[in-house]
Amino acid sequence: MTLYDEEFSARRRLTLRGHASAPGGTRTAQPVHATHAVRSEQDLLSVRHAVRAATVEAGFALVDQTRIVTAASELARNAYVHGGGGSLTIEVLGHGPRRGVRLTVRDQGPGIPDVDKALTDGWTTGSGLGHGLGGARRLMHEFTIDTAVDRGTTVTAIRWNDR
Amino acid sequence: MNGPRPSAVPILRLGDVLVTGLLNELDDTSALAFTDELTERIAAEGARGVLIDISRLEIIDSFVARTLTELTTMARLLGARVLVAGMRPAVAITLVELGLELKGVETALNAEQGMSALGWSQVHQPPGGVPYDALR
Ligand SMILES: Nc1ncnc2c1ncn2[C@@H]1O[C@H](COP(=O)(O)OP(=O)(O)OP(=O)(O)O)[C@@H](O)[C@H]1O
Ligand SMILES: [Mg+2]
Repeated sequence: MTLYDEEFSARRRLTLRGHASAPGGTRTAQPVHATHAVRSEQDLLSVRHAVRAATVEAGFALVDQTRIVTAASELARNAYVHGGGGSLTIEVLGHGPRRGVRLTVRDQGPGIPDVDKALTDGWTTGSGLGHGLGGARRLMHEFTIDTAVDRGTTVTAIRWNDR
Repeated sequence: MNGPRPSAVPILRLGDVLVTGLLNELDDTSALAFTDELTERIAAEGARGVLIDISRLEIIDSFVARTLTELTTMARLLGARVLVAGMRPAVAITLVELGLELKGVETALNAEQGMSALGWSQVHQPPGGVPYDALR
């Protein structure tokens, strides 16, 4: 599974190493990197607040904040409804002017047997509109689904502030 | 259960129009309860119009979109016209990208225009003016 392009991996290493002393003497604000449970309806609401805070921290403008929070809401709901609950990890990537937010939503549910179908607008195995997964992909710049039947699903999605 | 329940969404009545609004902190169970309550009130009170103010909603995901669409359909079956008012521009942009157009849901730029579109004219505008579609 190839999640990241090379440029991105390099940046990620930088981000991880740069935590304690970000170059450029930035303030001592802790970089956002937190995992939240997605096991209840209340969690679906709290996760949105956490993602919103990360997008603000990363300096996204309002429309982008809204895109990212909406994508997070769709993915978290899928993990809760279809995956039987899971978790959402939020990371702020990069430093300086180029920043991103990465969402990683995991569950140990039934997995998605046919990812292409699941991404198709209007396709649902439940009572939803079937727009959540494909819609979340459109709202983000990078989008990867790693899924195995009976093992679970991990969706990773990134949006950058400069595209 | 999980923290405090949000208080029930208030539904006010102004003539034959029911006025209500959605809040960010509405969980799924409360959203469904709200749909039930609103539908019952439409029938019980013979409402001809429903104004749903969504100006406080910071996001609309596919669940909320479905709730609004279903509400509109149920209200129509009961003879009432629903107007969804006050969608934030960032929400409208995101909804379009999600591929959710809220088909069949009438919209107004704000609550005042929504009320006037429902024939509730307080000011000089004629009743039944064309609702402004915030998405286009
Ligand atoms: N985490 C998951 N685990 C298992 N199956 C999933 C998961 N996420 C999505 N799916 C499958 O993919 C389908 C499409 O998902 P999508 O989010 O697009 O629509 P939906 O959840 O059914 O409806 P909604 O429009 O309300 O989101 C789902 O119906 C489900 O079968
Ligand atoms: Mg979904």
